[in-house]
Order: sequence, then C-alpha cells, then structure tokens
Amino acid sequence: MSRILQTLALLVVLAGGMALPNLVELYTVYEVTVYVVMALLALSLAFIWGKGGIMCLGQASFFGLGAYAYAIAALNFGPGLLAVAIAISVPTLFAAILGYFMFYGRISDIYVGVITLAVSLILMNLVNSTSGPQYRIGAAQLGGFNGITGIPTLAWPNGTPLDPAALFRLSLTLLVGCFAAISLYLRSRAGKVVIAIRENEYRAELLGYNVALSKLVTFSAGGALAGLAGCLFANWGAFVSPTVFALVQSAQIIIWVIVGGRGTLIGPILGCIALQWATTQLGTQQTIQVNLVLGLVLTFFVLVVPAGIAPLLAKCARAVTPSRSRITAKEKQA
Amino acid sequence: MDLASILTIEILGSVAVLVLISIGLAVVFGMMKVINMAHGEFLMIGGYVAIYAKNWAGLNFWVSSLVVAPLCVGLLGLALEWLVVRHLYGRMIDTMLATWGISLALIGAMTMLVGNTTTGISTPLSSVTIGAYSVSGYGIYLICLALAIFVLLYGLFRFTAFGLQARATTQNADMVAALGGNPRRIYSMTFALGAALGGLGGAALAPITGVIPTIGATYIAKAFITVISGGGAVIAGNLSASLLFGTVGQVFTYLYTPVIGEVALLVAAVVLIRILPKGITGRFFRRSI
Amino acid sequence: MNGEVILKAEGLGISFGGVHAVKAVDFELRAGELRCLIGPNGAGKTTFFRLLSGQHKPTRGTVTFKGQTLTSLLPYQISRLGIGIKTQVPSLFEDMTVAENLELAVPHGVHARDIPHRVAEVLERIGLADLRDRPCAELAHGQRQWVELGQILASRPAVALLDEPAAGMTHIESVKTVEIIRDITRYSAVIVVEHDMDFIRMIGDRVTVFEQGEVIAEGSFQQVAQDPQVRAAYLGRKETTDA
Repeated sequence: MSRILQTLALLVVLAGGMALPNLVELYTVYEVTVYVVMALLALSLAFIWGKGGIMCLGQASFFGLGAYAYAIAALNFGPGLLAVAIAISVPTLFAAILGYFMFYGRISDIYVGVITLAVSLILMNLVNSTSGPQYRIGAAQLGGFNGITGIPTLAWPNGTPLDPAALFRLSLTLLVGCFAAISLYLRSRAGKVVIAIRENEYRAELLGYNVALSKLVTFSAGGALAGLAGCLFANWGAFVSPTVFALVQSAQIIIWVIVGGRGTLIGPILGCIALQWATTQLGTQQTIQVNLVLGLVLTFFVLVVPAGIAPLLAKCARAVTPSRSRITAKEKQA
Repeated sequence: MDLASILTIEILGSVAVLVLISIGLAVVFGMMKVINMAHGEFLMIGGYVAIYAKNWAGLNFWVSSLVVAPLCVGLLGLALEWLVVRHLYGRMIDTMLATWGISLALIGAMTMLVGNTTTGISTPLSSVTIGAYSVSGYGIYLICLALAIFVLLYGLFRFTAFGLQARATTQNADMVAALGGNPRRIYSMTFALGAALGGLGGAALAPITGVIPTIGATYIAKAFITVISGGGAVIAGNLSASLLFGTVGQVFTYLYTPVIGEVALLVAAVVLIRILPKGITGRFFRRSI
Repeated sequence: MNGEVILKAEGLGISFGGVHAVKAVDFELRAGELRCLIGPNGAGKTTFFRLLSGQHKPTRGTVTFKGQTLTSLLPYQISRLGIGIKTQVPSLFEDMTVAENLELAVPHGVHARDIPHRVAEVLERIGLADLRDRPCAELAHGQRQWVELGQILASRPAVALLDEPAAGMTHIESVKTVEIIRDITRYSAVIVVEHDMDFIRMIGDRVTVFEQGEVIAEGSFQQVAQDPQVRAAYLGRKETTDA
C-alpha cells in the first residue's frame, strides 16, 4: 500500500517537474535547479550515513571533485557524456581508495568522521594553492581560489547545449531516479545488509558478511552520487571554486540530514530544500550571519530533536490516520 | 652544519605548531572521549582576545597571550560545556555534531562582530642568526612554549589531586562517583582546560598567521589528524604524533610547498590509521599519560 | 561418538598480561555431537569458547575446522566456513524486524526463492511467528535469545557455538530453549557454554568441565557429576549454581 503511494508520489513530482519550466519564469527555474542538485547531494549522505551508518563529515570532497572533474574534462574533451563519466568516476575512485584505508583499518565512526572532514579541508587548501599559471590540466586552468570559469554546459549528442529548462528537467529526473533506485536497492537483500551493518556491525560479521567490503561499496556509491551532484552543479553555474570543498559546505550537508531526519531518504531531501530556501532568504539581509543561524540550528536539533523532522511528521501522520494494515493487524490479534 | 641545525629548528618549529593547535583537543579527547569540533574556533578566539587585550586594554603581549587569552577561552569552554556538551556525554557522534554547530555559530558571531578581515599583530621577538642563516626568535619561543605545556600537563596529571581524579574518571567514571568524587565536575574542568589550551595556542600563533574568523578551519584538519593518530594517551600520543607529522609536513614543505606538506601529512595519517587503527598509543606506550 | 572430528583445538591457550586464562587445551568435536562446556565462573570456559569462535586470537596452539586453521581468519570468513555463533549478550539488528533478522542469517548459497520458506519454518520453531514483523528492540529478553538461536537455525552451520543460551531465562523459557537447541542439532554439531547445572542436566549430553584454564573432566553428565575433582571445583566456590 505505502509502496504504491510512494511510487505515485514520485510520479507526481516527476510530472510536475517536467511541466514546471512551462509554468514559471526562466529565472525561477534556474533558482530551483540548484535546490534539486543539492537535494541529490543530501540524498548521497542520507544513503551512506542514514542508511549505511558511515559518518562521512566531508561529503563535500566528492561533490567538489565531481564539479572539478567535470570542469576539467569538459574543457578538454567537450561537454559530452565522456565528461560526465569522468566527473562520476573520479570521486568514486577517490572514495574507494579512502574507504579502503578506513574500512579495512576497521577504525571507529569517530575516526571516519574526522578523517573524511580532514580530507575535504586539505583538498580545499590544495585546490586553493593552484593559482599560478603552471597549474593547468590540458586546456583547463585551475585558477586557485578564483576557480574555473566558463565551464561549457552539457550538450546533446548533436552539439547544442542544454538550456536551463532542460538542465532542470535532467536534474530532477536524476534525483527521482536515484531516489527510486536507492529505495529499491534497500528492499533487496544486499540493501538490507547495508542497514544491518548500521544496526550491528559485529552481528553482521558473525553472520558471514564482509563488513569492510560492504561499507566500501556503500561509501563509493555515495561518492559517485555526490560526484554526480557536483557535475550538475558545475553545469548549473558554469563555474566552480574551492569553496565547494569548504567546511561550511560539508556542514550544510550534515545539517540537511540532521534536520530532515537521519535514517530516512526523504527527510534529508526535504531538509535540504527547506534550509536552502531559508538561507537564501537570510542571505538577502545583512544583519545576521548565515553561519550563526546554521550553527545554532545544528546544535539545537542535536540536543532537542536528534531524530529530525521526518520521523516526527510520520508519527503525526500515523496518529491522525491509523493505516489500514495496522487495523487489520489488531483485528488478527483479537 | 648550519643548514642542518636550521632545518632541525624548522622541523621542531612545525612540531611545536602542531602541539599548540592540538594539545587542547587531545586533552578533551583523551580524558573525555569527546571530539570537540569547535576547537578551531577556540584557537581563533584565543587569537582575538590576545590582540584586543594588547591593542585596546594596553596589556603587554606576554600577559595577554599567556594569561588573558587562556583564561577567557577557558571560561567560554566552561560555559559551553554547561550549555551543550554535558547533555550529550556517552553520545560521541552527537557531541561531535553539536560542537560543530557551536563552531559554525562562533564563526558567524565573530564575523558579525569584527568583520571578515584579517587582524594582525607584530612578532614580538627579533630573529637569531646561526652562521649564514637566521631563524625567527619567536619560532624558538614557540618550541619552548610547547615543551613547557607538556611539562606542566605532565605535572598536572601526575602529581595533583585533580590529575589523579581526572585519570581515574577516564578509566571508570562510575567508580569515581562511588568513591565520592564528582565526574561531572571533573569533565567540565577538563573541557575548560582543553579550551584554555586552545586559547593559549591560538594566541601564541596569532603573531605568525594573523587572525580571521574562519582561521579555525585551517587549523583543525591538522589538529584532528594529530589527535586521532596519537591515540588515547594525551601527552605521549600528542608528542609522538606531533613529532611524526611535524617532521613529515616540514620535510615536504621544504622540498615542495606548504600545501604539499599538508597533503603529505594527511596521506601519512591515512596510511598510519590503516596500520594502527587505535592510534600510536593504542599500540605503543599504552600505559603512559 | 560416531561422526568424524570437525572442530579440533590443539594446545590452545591464551594469556592476558601474564595470566594464563586458558592453558594448553586439546579438544575435539565430532559431527552431530552436542557438547556442553561447564565450569565455575572464571574457569576459562568463555575464554576458550571465544578462542574457538575466533573472537580472541590465541597466544599458542591452533584451532582447525575440517582440517583448516581458523586462527588467522576474520570473523566473517570463519562464519562462511560454516561456524555459527550465538554471543553471550544477545546481539541483534535492533531496528529490523524478527523476520528480517532471520532472513539475513540465511547463507548466500540458498536460492532466493527458498528464503521465505526457511524464515517461516524457523519462526515456527522458535515460536515467534506472531511477532515476525516486530522490530527486535521491542522483544523481551528471552525472545531475543530465541531470535539469535533462530539465526543459527536459519543458517544451518556445520558447527554452532552457543554462549549461555539460557542466561537470564525463567525455567519455562529454558525448557523451550533446550527444544530449540535439539532442533539445531539436526543440522549442526553444537557446543553449549553454560554454568547453570540444571540446564546442562536438561540437555544431558557429553560434558567437558573447565577449571582454572584446564579441562579437568570429560564424559556424560552423570560421570562428571560423580567426579571428585569436579565436585571439589564446584563446592569450593559458593557463587556458582550447585549441581
């Protein structure tokens, strides 16, 4: 029952999204696209942390690598599928290498958090230091803290670049598609193992599951997803700078997940869209610093609503409308 | 010969910087098993306090950096422990996230107060000449300061009643409570001590780097790596990890650039953690402080 | 005993900081056997169990399973060879349902089509069919122990190692636990570590007695219960359940 509802909801979102560029101004479409791209990033962390229990505090690393890899590849090989493939493979490979050292070393969650965060910060410093003219990869000048400008937008096979409406439709389709794919995967046996490892790593190991390998796969998949988001982000702004690796960027992803609800896929997506909207509103006035607000929100939620909004909403919904399956279960018991 | 001694001093200098930025974090992590994500902001605020105590209150640099900065940041730490951290003991991940929130909030608040620009302060000591080379006298002061911190901390943990209780609390907080001690008080004192050490470190480094509200981010990657690679023992772990990474970082900085030095440091840490998942003192010097 | 030897320990021992928790134990388990390890608290039986299951690495000696040395393997590799472990404190996937907990225990070789059938069968055997869709976090202590035994039933290992399967159970629950353990022996050779003598009496099969890190007696329950050394070991310590 809930599966049918979920599928229906996804189709409605998709259909609404396809129609949206015809209904609103182009500028609004452009604004909304970045929400969708960031939602994909939120989904990547919701998957590896919320479902897989891997506390990656530096998810921005893979996002940034995806964005830079697309920029460099598109400038060198043209904005085609090859560039997209490179934009996804680079962060995936990077996640796999990093994950190998972390998971086969069997380090604790805290250490995973610290290492991933340190990696994102050092990537930022590294890219920041590439301002000299000697730092170029093929046709792409890395540009240090100025970043790379004039990134060519993804083009159709015939060579015409995607217009903002098409980019929006592509991003939304990818978001809905990835959401559906992850949901399906988590219902499969392999997906249940991902959750089982989050629940009890030792028991999973005793049942014969190679925990290190499973985490490595989950973590790399999360890296790929974040990389895809980064690729879309580079397309959206035609610009990328080292701030994609910044501490604040990593913090934001964490905040989306915490506020939306760890353990759900939809919560972080909603949290991402709501908070992005809120920070955009905040950004237009000059008195209160965005970081101050984000920091207070994070601390507040960890202290007071550690499970996030989504489980809270679900509880309210259940309280209002007792679902049919629950009633029949009760009848059975009686 | 001169070159070798200069190089040694530079390596020791970079070891000292690592010690100064990470020792407060190491105290809190080692004694309380809390990763304090706001430690970088404690350093940043320590730097600001030192600068304003000197420029506005007209205090001597040594007084403002060695007394006022640690005191103020220690009090801030005490307040934050009371407000946030103590509600989350036993929930390591949540503590980390909540202190990250504090970190962001402090960055935001400082940006509103002082703006997003670098404030500087002049280096108080002149340089020292060794043969054909010269080294900064302040760099040598930092090495001495780091050493002094180790000696004082060792004395504190080894020979004082607080140190004994703190070490006992780390081993078994319930037992300490059963014997009439107060683990909560020990924890909040320890957290304040860690914050004060952060303030001290930040103030000491302010003349070299200047201070900007976001400077914490440039410190914490190295500080975290040093602390988790060091492992559970505060002094032995921090000293060994700082020596290792300070040397690796400085050698690569000398050969290439500071950023490559940082990357080398990170790579060394990731490889180390694969070999010694519980840090250096998880494997060696396990009985040390 | 009829079957061939499948699990074998030779000179197995471990020291913690100079204390020989387990000295140098030789031990054999045959296919189809149900063996109890007993001994007073601190006798080294649980440590020995953890050496057998790979949770501790021995400081001397080896464990072999069907001729293969286990001592250098990781827990998941040991499990895949066909050794199932029930730990002392129930350790389950708390937020997942009883059925999911059992499903995850079914080994890789089993065809996807047969998994639901296997799960339903185990649910019936452990008597938790009504609670199949409950998260394990909501179960009572005894039921959690049964889910863990159910995981062993679902995986059908060649050897099942059970650490205090009746710990914290009422007498009635213990009786049901004995039935489940008998079910497990249909597919697996079983080692049960227990200090509750009543429970051992109910299982009543071959018994190995530990004291101070050594095996001091081996035989049927009646035989060991008569053994003067065993009686001395138990009577000498007040904290254990009397035989």
